[in-house]
Amino acid sequence: MLSYFLRRLLMAIPVMFFVAVFVFLLLRLTPGDPAQAIAGDQATPAQLQQIRESLGLNEPLSVQFVTWIGRMAHGDFGVSLISQQPVLKMIGQRIGPTVALALVAMGLTVLISLPMGVLAAWRHGGLTDRAVMAFSVIGFSVPVFVIGYVLIGVFAVNLKWFPVQGYKPLADGIGPFAHRIFLPGLALASIYIALVSRMTRASMLEVLREDYVRTARAKGLPEIVVLFRHALRNAAIPILTVVGTGFAMMISGVVVTETVFNIPGLGRLVVDAVLARDYPLIQAIILLTAGTYVLINLLIDLSYALTDPRIRFQ
Amino acid sequence: MSLTTSAPESPRRRLMDAPPHWTTVLASVVLIAIVLMALFAPVIANFEPTSLNAMKRLKPADATYWMGTDSYGRDLFSRVVYGARVSLMVGAGVALGSIVIGLPLGLLAGWFRGLDAVLMRMMDGLMAIPGILLAIAIVALTNAGLTTVVIAIMLPEIPQVVRLVRSRVLATRSETFVDAAVLLGTAPLRLIWRHLLPSTLAPLIVQGTYIYAAAILTEAALSFLGVGIGTETPSWGNIMAEGRLYFAMNPWLVFWPAIVLSLCILSINLLGDALRDRLDPKMKGRSA
Amino acid sequence: MSVDPVLSVRNLKVATAARRPAEILKGISFDIHPGETLCLVGESGSGKSVTSLVTMGLLPRGELEVTAGEARLNGEDIVAATPARTRALRGADMAMIFQEPMTALNPVLTIGLQMDEVFRAHRAMRAPDRKAAALEAFASVGLPSPARIHDSYPHQLSGGQRQRVMIAMALALKPKLLIADEPTTALDVTTQKQILELIRRLQEEQNTAVLFITHDMGVVVDIADRVCVMRNGEIVETGEVEKVLSAPRQQYTRDLLAAVPALTPRPARAPHSQDRVLELIEVNKVFSLQSAISRLLGREGHSVHAVNNVSFRLERGRTLGIVGESGSGKSTVARCVLRLEDPSSGAILVNGHDIAPLQGQRALAEARRAVQMIFQDPNRSLNPRLRIGESLIEGPMNAGEARVAALARAGDLLEVVRLPRDSLDRYPHQFSGGQRQRIAIARALMMSPDVIVADEAVSALDVSVQAQVLDLLAEVQQRQNLAVLFITHDLRVAAQICDDVMVMRRGEVVEFGPAGDILARPQHDYTRALIEAAPGRDWDFAQGRRIPEPA
Repeated sequence: MLSYFLRRLLMAIPVMFFVAVFVFLLLRLTPGDPAQAIAGDQATPAQLQQIRESLGLNEPLSVQFVTWIGRMAHGDFGVSLISQQPVLKMIGQRIGPTVALALVAMGLTVLISLPMGVLAAWRHGGLTDRAVMAFSVIGFSVPVFVIGYVLIGVFAVNLKWFPVQGYKPLADGIGPFAHRIFLPGLALASIYIALVSRMTRASMLEVLREDYVRTARAKGLPEIVVLFRHALRNAAIPILTVVGTGFAMMISGVVVTETVFNIPGLGRLVVDAVLARDYPLIQAIILLTAGTYVLINLLIDLSYALTDPRIRFQ
Repeated sequence: MSLTTSAPESPRRRLMDAPPHWTTVLASVVLIAIVLMALFAPVIANFEPTSLNAMKRLKPADATYWMGTDSYGRDLFSRVVYGARVSLMVGAGVALGSIVIGLPLGLLAGWFRGLDAVLMRMMDGLMAIPGILLAIAIVALTNAGLTTVVIAIMLPEIPQVVRLVRSRVLATRSETFVDAAVLLGTAPLRLIWRHLLPSTLAPLIVQGTYIYAAAILTEAALSFLGVGIGTETPSWGNIMAEGRLYFAMNPWLVFWPAIVLSLCILSINLLGDALRDRLDPKMKGRSA
Repeated sequence: MSVDPVLSVRNLKVATAARRPAEILKGISFDIHPGETLCLVGESGSGKSVTSLVTMGLLPRGELEVTAGEARLNGEDIVAATPARTRALRGADMAMIFQEPMTALNPVLTIGLQMDEVFRAHRAMRAPDRKAAALEAFASVGLPSPARIHDSYPHQLSGGQRQRVMIAMALALKPKLLIADEPTTALDVTTQKQILELIRRLQEEQNTAVLFITHDMGVVVDIADRVCVMRNGEIVETGEVEKVLSAPRQQYTRDLLAAVPALTPRPARAPHSQDRVLELIEVNKVFSLQSAISRLLGREGHSVHAVNNVSFRLERGRTLGIVGESGSGKSTVARCVLRLEDPSSGAILVNGHDIAPLQGQRALAEARRAVQMIFQDPNRSLNPRLRIGESLIEGPMNAGEARVAALARAGDLLEVVRLPRDSLDRYPHQFSGGQRQRIAIARALMMSPDVIVADEAVSALDVSVQAQVLDLLAEVQQRQNLAVLFITHDLRVAAQICDDVMVMRRGEVVEFGPAGDILARPQHDYTRALIEAAPGRDWDFAQGRRIPEPA
């Protein structure tokens, strides 16, 4: 167990290294001069030169990379070119709504898609199965922002059950929080629900063909025990995997959803940063989300060990 | 004893085995219609997609303007018809590009174990960066042309292809016919070409359809966020992005392109599913 | 018999649930009485497993369905019973054990919990009572330290132990009927012997009726009271086991019995060549399983000595059998000889040249020609996407032979292995398992090898097909003056085709010598145990009579 965990942890280091390399190259190698971008069109060559020197842009790439990494390692992610505030502080101010949105979407996904997938696999080929599959393929085919607008149109504008837009933190009370976050959470979860219910169904179908499921039935166990105790736990690993890799997709959804529902989160911040070419802010947000992705997948690797004793006793 | 010890059959036979499901037929019809619409856009569209008409702003649908007009008085139907060109091209570019790059990498990673460790960590790193952030950054930092958008959407898809191909190679490697080929003196590159590559093609084609669909969605999302292809070239994404500003006045500016886009993607996804069921019954999961 | 039968099957028909249904069972009938063991014996596709699934009400839904007939358990028709009723009967009144102990237990639940479920599903018992009953059941099947087993996960137990757990679960509620579907096929012979004895003992204690499904006539001799010979969904012949085996009425039964290789070694062939084509000198293979992390943590990694100091020599025209159970290292020896695996130390001389240090396909080219292989599973050893012709000429073309010439030779060789020439243009799925094994032989012969390594080459085949493939192999050996290295777990096969036999256990050579000496007068305890465990060894299948105990 310990060596399994350490191995996973060690594997995360090269992954983060490559993330850093990609981000670094992305910002340095894309056409367009960062110094020019910072100084604006009226800058004199001398001003540009000065900015280049202060950013270390005249050094060889490898040297730039090492100093850049070194600064990150000390927690120095730099100062926003636009607002002149430390980027970590800016991120800190905007991260709350994004985390809340992601967690709500994740919760909705688990609550809705697991039973859906299990039921579809159990009644394989039946009406329920076809309904679940139809729902999931539609979930894959409609853009998140369209789902957002449809939800707003139906539940906020026509039925007036929810406010059209906006966000209240949990600190303002659970009622206002839930009232405002439900629709964006559902919009964000839609594609995730499609993905996870589909994977649950596929994985369950596979497991239901296994010998030990036949053994469980041969013992005369009720179907519900066969499905949830014997099959679902064995089907868990591919489902968990897709929950982990789907996190990247979730981030894409977050950016769009925050725009649709006007939520002041990281997603809006990053779009604004990109449009303003605020390099330090862009790189900090990308590194942060990538780090979160790696961390989440590390946790998921650990959860494999909890569901499967063969990994635990490795 | 097992009830189903049937021998593996050639994919060609499975493809032709049974009549297609009605959804597959319908999806093919829709998709062919959209492709024809894109090909013959100048014939089908009633107006130039970019011709402005200040007198006819935000008109509802009628006999002349089948989907109404947008805020500049441009005919929405014509714009949607022309928009199909960009969306389909983006999808094709991303699907082809990610396969052309990902396939050889996946084959090499699956066969040469030393290369595998490094290459896969690199792919993990690429996957860890949320695709839309990478795409937004690339498009915004360079200039938003069609090629840039294709590259920006393609990069995050490459690891998916590499992982799929690699896992297929690893599975096929354990088949004894690969050992047999080694014993017959077949050299590694030839062995990969002859024995491993064919087994990756069926799932790769299926994955290609999903990537195609996902790319069109991502293009739409990029346009929606204001970092897509410029509005002088209509794409379903930027038509919706513009329509969003007038959503309260006329939601159909968003819904018409959304319906066409969703139908297109739904058709591609359904065809992908049908292909998968035929070619590759084992691959039931999918990546986004 | 005056007692009512426990299970009475009448005119049972099963068909596939496809648009054009194919009949899998064509109306079979049989009875089993308390305390009796009925064997269903037949080759693959005979319908014997389907029979057991009907009885348990476990037919795969939407794939197979009963179209006629009934199966009465204590007079109650299971085919017509409600799902709730069959569920109540399953595990309590009838129970089943399966072929694959490695996959029949749920890998993520403890053995104790899986046992507990049986009691919870059928009996109103308190938790401590259930646990006591579980421990007692584990003890009754001879599992060591039941308390430890109770808390273990399946992967921590050996195959034999898992099958004991399955038996304990099946018999925990003392069912009237036990169905055993090839319960020992996946086990080593020594374990098989113990499991068969266990089933026998528990059956006598509980007076259980046993429906035993097997393809192995030897197992039939050891366990059956009565036997039903099945073929293509029909019962061909049925009767008392001794009667059916000594005086079979049907030709099919006679053929089946004739195909069982005898355990007494065939007369030795005189050595006619001193041409030593293959020699192993003190070959070792160690698999090191230490990861980089455990090295960092300073932990002892564990290594497996899969092949330990193995030496032998093989002359042209001779057959050497390597015999052993799973984990004996016999297949690793083969993989080292073929250089699919790099030996850790030692020399492998092919026609006098050491190939152990060679690396890369170019350096190994001559060795690849000289040593060819036939694999165990004919379904996997031919690329399903290539025509037979392409598979056959791959090796010669790698060696530089022209395509046309190679194809012409391939056609000739197909005729040698008794397949039509036009098979060249067909795909592997168009052939049966036995035919594919012939194609594999032809592919090996295309290289004009000096040695053929056959790794369990007939183990996946039905007995009748097995005999044909073995005959063919002997014929081509004679014709091309080949040396054959034959890896097998089956002593009967080894006795029939080997000149010399090497017995391996845990990577080491236990005994090595002429087949006649080793199999008739084993010196080592392990060899003796192997021979004693061979199923049906007290029956002479050729003569149809019991072999008298040696005085």
